Amino acid sequence: MSEFNEKLLLPNIPDLHKIEVYEQNNGYSGLRKAIGMTADAVIDEVKKSNLKGRGGAGFPTGLKWSFMPKQSAKPKYLCANGDEGEPGTFKDRQIFGFNPHLFIEGSLIAAYAMGIKAVYVYIRGEYVKWIKILQQAIDEAYSKNYIGKNILGSQFSTDVYIVRGAGAYICGEESSLMNSIEGERGYPRVKPPFPAQVGLWGCPTTINNIETLANVPLIILRGAEWYSQIGVPKHPGTLLFGVSGHVKKPGVYELPTGSLLTDIIFKHAGGVRDDKKIKAVIPGGSSTKWILGGELDGVKMDADSLKAYDTSIGTGGVIVMDEDTDVIKVLARLTHFYHHESCGQCTPCREGCGWMEKILNRFIAGEARIEDVDLLLNVANNIEGNTVCALGDAAAWPVQSVIKKFRGEFEKRVKKISSEKKYVPPPHLISV
Amino acid sequence: MLTQENINKINALKKQFPDNKSLTIPALHIAQEQFGWVSEDSMKEIASLLNLPESHVIGVATFYSMFNKKPVGQYHIQVCTNVSCQLLGSEKISQYICNKFNIKVGETTSDKKFTVSEVECLGSCGTAPMMQVNDDYYENLTPEKIDHILQDLK
Repeated sequence: MSEFNEKLLLPNIPDLHKIEVYEQNNGYSGLRKAIGMTADAVIDEVKKSNLKGRGGAGFPTGLKWSFMPKQSAKPKYLCANGDEGEPGTFKDRQIFGFNPHLFIEGSLIAAYAMGIKAVYVYIRGEYVKWIKILQQAIDEAYSKNYIGKNILGSQFSTDVYIVRGAGAYICGEESSLMNSIEGERGYPRVKPPFPAQVGLWGCPTTINNIETLANVPLIILRGAEWYSQIGVPKHPGTLLFGVSGHVKKPGVYELPTGSLLTDIIFKHAGGVRDDKKIKAVIPGGSSTKWILGGELDGVKMDADSLKAYDTSIGTGGVIVMDEDTDVIKVLARLTHFYHHESCGQCTPCREGCGWMEKILNRFIAGEARIEDVDLLLNVANNIEGNTVCALGDAAAWPVQSVIKKFRGEFEKRVKKISSEKKYVPPPHLISV
Repeated sequence: MLTQENINKINALKKQFPDNKSLTIPALHIAQEQFGWVSEDSMKEIASLLNLPESHVIGVATFYSMFNKKPVGQYHIQVCTNVSCQLLGSEKISQYICNKFNIKVGETTSDKKFTVSEVECLGSCGTAPMMQVNDDYYENLTPEKIDHILQDLK
């Protein structure tokens, strides 16, 4: 793999959020070029580029677009997913803040390719600052006829609207997101039918992540061939790696796929605070399985490489934990999050996440029994795969991986505590 | 009651959506901006304004954690305690703020000025620990920084 240093999504250009600056840097040329092509040719180009979704699931973007019906009596919609609720993920806000027009342009190219009537940009409700920046960028784009009726003198018309979320992690799941836009509780829908057939208000709909759409203008402008050679061929392009936790220089680093995890942590994020050792790393947002500090050498950050480590690239949110980290406490905090964010629709997730949290809190409080380790694993295994959406899986995976990699810590916790403090069951259990 | 200006704001959004139901969440946001929280009266008013069942609006408002179902202080301090912030000491940050006001998490000061909540990830992991005060993010927090921020709010 050749060294690729270019920043495609977050180039170091001051004031790029202003439309004049964006235009001076080839802005909206991709849209202009796309409108000169047929819609099918645009989809083909994105297919050929091998662009994969950046929201976590990594689905091929061009293929997703091709699922949309060519002819439809109903209007077609595009939802841009900027819910960004996955703990450890803070990349889309960089796009909104520094390069909002790139994302808008990508959405417009997608809208042109799929014959979209309106683009709904769903942004988490807390991102007030970034909603303002994006709204201003959208207004500018309307005023220059990049959005609206007969865009750039063509037959193509579309609108772009911002929908503000209201603090529900589950709304980052595509079908919950659609329910939320429709003014409902964010309950995931059963699939099939898939959104391309029955989506927003029952109409054909595509949902793409913000970062995914931001990749599109350059693919159209510079070609699929060029794009597909950046990083790893099966998962090409650059990724916005958000590095957080115990590192000296946390932040978002744009690097080609296939970059070494150790390079991201040590070369870019400055290494571990106080030069401590690494205990574990969460590679792609809180839902992904953990990698031990001792396993980091040679780990490459792309979809296929991480599969070999039984984890996934997720959202590219790298969370680094140093040697002093209490992993059980971290896991308990994460599990509390999934319990809190479970929409409550499916029993295994609604109840199971709460049970896991209770068991983990027993370990922290020193009230755990040795059999609680397997009980915890058993609950996780019975959530996984038994729910409508992936939130249940996302809650189970960290638990499974932490038990697998740190079983000794759980056991030590039980033994250590039980030798110091004898477990006394609560009164209602004694009477049974 | 919603101000006429806010009712106009809600009505102006109608052109963005094919039905009234889709205005539920935007209308709740507008109500919360006006009152600082969403009361049952506000929910009922929105239901009647949008011609929707009250149960629908209440169901939606209670699902989403951003909608305050009881009044909060003039400044709503929300401390992120999720993993990236936890690793960098958010527990202490939250405790520090509570101690300053002599309240517990979830409580409001007696002068109704400050409410402290602990919340889930706010997407500020690279600048942890962090808190949100009303609409604004405050990042890379230290006790000294918190002192300055709270001083400015008073």
